[in-house]
Formats: sequence, C-alpha cells, structure tokens
Amino acid sequence: MSLASPDTATTTTPTTTTEQHGIKAHSNGAGRVAPVQTRSARFKSTHPEDFEAVNGRELDWKHSPVAKLTAFTGGDLDGSRFPYSATESAGVSFSWIPVTDPRVGSVGIPEDRASANAWSAATEVLLVSIGAEDVSEVTITRDALGSAPRAAHIIIEAAPFSKSTVIIRNTGAAQLVENVEILAGESANLSVISVQQWNADAVHLGSHFARIGRDANLKHALVSLGGDVIRINPSAHLAEAGGSVELLGLYFADAGQHIEQQVYVFHDAPQTKSRVTYKGALQGKGARTVWIGDVLIGSKGIGTDSYEQNRNLVLSEGTRADSIPNLEIETGDIAGAGHASATGRFDDEQLFYLQARGINEEEARKLVVRGFLNEIVQQLHVPALEADIHAALDSELENVHIASLR
Amino acid sequence: MSTLKITDLHVSVETEQGTTQILRGVDLIINSGETHAIMGPNGSGKSTLAYTIAGHPKYKVESGSITLDGADVLAMTVDERARAGLFLAMQYPVEIPGVTVTNFLRTAKTAIDGEAPAIRNWIKDVRVAMESLRMDKTFAERNVNEGFSGGEKKRHEILQLELLKPRFAVLDETDSGLDVDALKIVSEGVNRAKESTGLGVLLITHYTRILRYIQPDFVHVFVNGRIAEEGGPELADRLENEGYDRFLELAV
Repeated sequence: MSLASPDTATTTTPTTTTEQHGIKAHSNGAGRVAPVQTRSARFKSTHPEDFEAVNGRELDWKHSPVAKLTAFTGGDLDGSRFPYSATESAGVSFSWIPVTDPRVGSVGIPEDRASANAWSAATEVLLVSIGAEDVSEVTITRDALGSAPRAAHIIIEAAPFSKSTVIIRNTGAAQLVENVEILAGESANLSVISVQQWNADAVHLGSHFARIGRDANLKHALVSLGGDVIRINPSAHLAEAGGSVELLGLYFADAGQHIEQQVYVFHDAPQTKSRVTYKGALQGKGARTVWIGDVLIGSKGIGTDSYEQNRNLVLSEGTRADSIPNLEIETGDIAGAGHASATGRFDDEQLFYLQARGINEEEARKLVVRGFLNEIVQQLHVPALEADIHAALDSELENVHIASLR
Repeated sequence: MSTLKITDLHVSVETEQGTTQILRGVDLIINSGETHAIMGPNGSGKSTLAYTIAGHPKYKVESGSITLDGADVLAMTVDERARAGLFLAMQYPVEIPGVTVTNFLRTAKTAIDGEAPAIRNWIKDVRVAMESLRMDKTFAERNVNEGFSGGEKKRHEILQLELLKPRFAVLDETDSGLDVDALKIVSEGVNRAKESTGLGVLLITHYTRILRYIQPDFVHVFVNGRIAEEGGPELADRLENEGYDRFLELAV
C-alpha cells in the first residue's frame, strides 16, 4: 500500500499530552495554551446541562458535522424502550432494568453532551446478561428505530469465565444517540461487534464504555458502512491486572458520509494489553472519516503492552480522512507502546500486477480494497457476518468510477 | 503456432526532467516454442521492453507496433493482453495485503480462461505445481507477495506461469537475487512450461548464468534502446567472456 499522504488527508504527530475540552469551550487560537491534563481527567457528567452548548469548536466535536446533530446535542429525545429482536442462546438473557439500577453507570459516565443527553433521556436500560457456564453467540437486530430522535442505553454484562459473542446489527432508519456499557468480568472472553448498515439518511451517535476485569479479554469491533453521520466513540478501561482488549474498526465512507470514531484505551493496572486497529476506505466527494486514538498508560500500568494503528485507503478525489493518534505515558516501566497511522491512495502498481494476470480493472479494485479491509473482517471470527460484510463492501465498490481516479 | 512480433518500437517515459526516449526502434519476432534471451547492460531498456509488452501505463509508445498473431497488442488493455496469452514475470512483484495466493490464483485463472476452473482438478494442479517448485503448502494461505523472500517471489511468478499457461512469457530478470538452488528450481519450471505448452519465452537478463539452465535459441544484445547484435547461444558465451564494453564503446 502506498503511504504517501494526499492533500485531502491530514495526520498529526502524536503528543504525550492531550488537550482538554472541559466544561468550557476553549479557543485553539494563538495566545491560548490548552491546560495539560491527562485523558482520564476529562470532564464527565450524566447531565447534559453540565456541558456547554455544542458549537463545533470543542476538541471532541471539531471534526463532526455539529449542525446536523443539534437534535442530539440539545434536543428532546424519545427515551422509551427501543424495538429490537434477538436470537436465543443458552445462558444469555435480556431484560429492561430501571436507570436506578446500580449497574447503570458502573462502567462509564458521559464525556460529551450528546451522550449525557441520551443518558438522562433513557427511561430504562436494556440489560444483556451473559451467564458463566456457556459458550454463546447472540445477534441483536435493530431495524425499526424510526426517524424520530431517540435515546438508548444498553449494558452488556459478561459473567466471570464466560465466553460469548454479542453482535448488534443495525439497519433501517435511525436518529439514534446511545450509551453502551460493556462489563467483562474476571477471565471472561467477550466479543462485541456493532454493525452499522443504516439507511442513507440515518444518524447514529454512540459512546461505548468497556471495563475489562482481571485476566479478561474483550474484542470490540465497529463496522460502519451505511448512514449519513456515524460517530461512535469506544473507550476501554483496563481496570485490573492481566486484562486485554482488542479494538477493531472497519469503515467505508461514500460521498457525503461522515464516519467518526474516537477511541480511548486506559491502561490502569499492571500487565494489561491493548491492540487498536482501524481500517477504512473513502470514496466520493465529501466522504469524511475521523479516527482519534487516545492511549493512556497510567502510573499503575506497569508492564503495559499497547499498539494502535489506523489505515485509510483513499479511492477518489474530494475525500478527507483525519487520523490522530495520541499516546500518554505515566510510567516508564512498560513492555511496549506504539502507534501507526497512514492514509494512502490506491496503489496503481497493485492494479497493474492484477491486471497483468488477466483480472479486469473493476475486479482488481475490488480485490485490493477487500484485501485491505479483510484484515479486520478476518478477526471478527463470525463466518456469517464475514460473508455479509464482503457482500456489502462489494456493493459499495460497484460505484467506483475509474475516471475520477486518474 | 503463434507469433509475437515487435516492429520498430519507440518508447518514452515521463520523468521529472521531462520526456526520456528509452526504446529507439526495436525489431523482434518470437514464435511459439522459441526462447529469446535479451541481454544488455543496466539502463539499456530491457525492462522497458518487458513493461511495454505488458502495457504498463508509465511507458508511452511513440511509434512502432506489437502484434500477437496479427492482433494489435498496443490497442489492448493490460488485462486484455494477459487474456490474449501474454505473461510478464516481474522483477519486483508487488504485495497485495489481505489477498491470499489461493484466492489470487483462482481469480486470475478464471479471468484468463473466461470460466472458473473445475475445482478438483484445479486444487490438484496448484498442489502439483507448488510441489515442483518446492513451495511449502502454507504458501497458499499467505497474502500475495507479503513477507515473501526474493526467491519466494520469483517462484510465485513461475507458479503463475505454469498455472495460467500463456502463449508467450516475458521473464524480467527472473534470475536476479536467486541463489544456485533457487535458480535451478525456477529454470525447471520455465522448461516444464515450454515442454507442456510450447511457450515462447523472452528471457531478459543481465547475466549469462540462467542461460545454463534455460537454453536460448537466439540471443539479442540490447544497448541504448535497440538491438545491437544478434546471434545464437554462442553469443552469450562471448558476452560471458568479454562483457558489454565492446557494445558500450560502439554506442558512444
């Protein structure tokens, strides 16, 4: 893959300190210095009024199309039970619990106004409870959320020593802002995969908060393909020794589409491991993707092993991919911490090679893009989902216009 | 019986310094079953000839023609040329992440033949070809050229040659970077393809050592974008002893 940065892409050098938005809007202009504050100290609240109105200049909103998001950052939301269907699996139960349940908020508290708005609007929380003794896989389908602005709150709780995969498949219309809390108990092995194949005019804002217990392993994946604006920010708190997390992302932004993910990993205990891998493709005028990867290795994170990377493949003119890794380290006694970010154009030499073997240009393009994104798909380990994602990517690629690339 | 015919071929390439003329009138006729060695010093245009035959967009044909049994090769796209029976074994094959060798070979075979190969025979053909080239079975599940050693890349090129069964193959410095064992294995693969399909070969090389294993019928010395001298295998022996100095002086 060619790693040359086209004009349309931006990458920044990682810093060891992060800027902080706090509760007050701040200017990024000259003469103002952002306070040095660790990522974990970012302001949190479940009350939207504790955050100032979003104006699009805030650190965590400045890449987002905030004008399209006013209904979520400030408006009234339908917080009633949302419609869903789910496959059955031994050891997995679904129930609606009140927002006063002690588990609500035990994993994470909103860091932005939309998240807080959803939190305060949701009247009940969907609890997905995974028992200890079974190996389970469930698929939750949401295909009838409708086009009125709605709030949702889900808790996925994996009991100690459980092994399970939870797939959330999102299709149809949606104007959704939600919070998802993920609790991986001691030695649990949990996969959570959220697939966004919404209608073209859908908006989906989300905050996923995960807490990884002792020796537990969480695999978390976001597959974002369909929707007008998708902005899902996953965070993982490696709170106990020996925990590990794998955060995967795959996205394909078409003309006018905005797909954003702000990823945050907090190594807060000894001998924890994280791998963040996000790969995306962009095609068509106004296709926009944003990836921010914050990794904080706290003072307790002795022996941390951390690596994050983001790769973008630009398929046409007029796209923009932002890729911003930030690494903050509070202890020197770690096993490793690295990051990589690259945004590149389609490699014509790859095309030539495949064409020289008789494969026509369109087919060659599909092979290359599929190959590029396949690294993520392969790691989901859900064969049925793999086939669906390949089919969806192929239909996205039907629209590639060769002329625009030359 | 097929014929690949190159007539008065002039080719240029765009560089930052402007247009550079590389091929200055190349004439060459290759028939099925014949092996032509193109030898010459670095920068003489050997690789340009290879890539021009394959249709790489970087090279601009100023004048002249390339025909395959009378059909205008220059009017064909890269993939059309391959489907017409031309094959280029590349000097530096590129990596294609996420695409396995198995998937790639099947896709290419399907494209060349116009239909998917019968699955059972195909699996056997691939296995046999890989064994002949002393390639480990795990190779099939690796991504195309990703992390391959220089020798593995060349074997993979010859594997494709054996499976895709072209009418003419251009081998662009396939011998470079190969140790003696690998050179023998790769050469055997080329000779098998010649025997089984009557392949015509255009063997581009800087050194004579591969000619010990792949016997050329004709040797062409390439200097400064054109053929400076032609002969039989004995010309290669002479180059082995004398080098290219004689031709370089002539070119000046």
